[in-house]
Amino acid sequence: MTFPLVHSLWILNKAGGLVYSRSFSDQLPGLNSNEQLVLAGTLHGVHAICSRISPITTSKCSGVQVLESDSFDLTIFLTRTGTKFVLITTPGHPATQALLSRVYEVYADTVMKNPFHIPEMPIRNEILDRTLDGFLRTPDFMTH
Amino acid sequence: MNTAKLKQFGEEQWRGKGDKINAELFVMTYGALVKQLWEDYEDIGAVNSALDRMGYGIGVRLIEEFLAKHSPGLAKCRVFAETADVVASVGFKVFLNASVGVSHITHDEYSLTLLDNPLNQFVALPDSAVEKGLLYSNILAGCVRGALEMVNMHTAVTFTEDELLGHQHTTINVKLLNYIDEHVPDDE
Repeated sequence: MTFPLVHSLWILNKAGGLVYSRSFSDQLPGLNSNEQLVLAGTLHGVHAICSRISPITTSKCSGVQVLESDSFDLTIFLTRTGTKFVLITTPGHPATQALLSRVYEVYADTVMKNPFHIPEMPIRNEILDRTLDGFLRTPDFMTH
Repeated sequence: MNTAKLKQFGEEQWRGKGDKINAELFVMTYGALVKQLWEDYEDIGAVNSALDRMGYGIGVRLIEEFLAKHSPGLAKCRVFAETADVVASVGFKVFLNASVGVSHITHDEYSLTLLDNPLNQFVALPDSAVEKGLLYSNILAGCVRGALEMVNMHTAVTFTEDELLGHQHTTINVKLLNYIDEHVPDDE
């Protein structure tokens, strides 16, 4: 059994643009930034279309929540304001929802309260980087 | 959730999470800000709209904190009228520790009555400001407008009464203009 790991985190703005991406393990093949942008945009489109095929019309469907494959899980968390948090983990990671809620709290505290951050624009924020590393990165001694 | 439950929920949230700062420091800083705006703009209308704009900027950011930390456990608001109690009993309570009453709820409008506006502490407006109608706490209106806009409700938020202007209560009127649709564009 493999130890549950978080591979990386993406943040998508309302328009589906990738505004933040950070990798937490060295087990992912490096996608260059262009490929990441395309993938994020595609995910946004798929998410939007999926929320329209819901058979229940009385309430709005929230779209794709999890994509599973045999080598990784991709969990999408859509906030009420339209921002998406995407977490790529090892398959069957037990705490993705809890981690994503925690990420959202950190985002509200560090990104949204930074007066120099322009909403919807790419995020460059050292405090965010450091805080996320603190609870998403697996300590070295557990992986080697 | 009904109003009483929401009130209790707001109380719990206010007690629980979040750093708190000294209220006096906060209201004094805000007072200095308004004074400075007045000196810079020299026009009450411009000060009112500047405060509204600043509040809007705060609101669009603060809504994320509200949703991230204080909304788990709350049911989703399906229609505009349902936001009234949440804004009043949870929003104002958590961020300002203010008690707010709701009245005149219709499908596209409601009034928020601030029973104790914390920003008003220690404040007395000079006669000239009262005459011209300075909306001292207009930043709150902007906040509400910004926050609701981020959850797809386009609103007009105005102060209808302010104790500092000699009215009996401090009342903010929130009017729904339209829902912002988030549809996928139809295929060409």
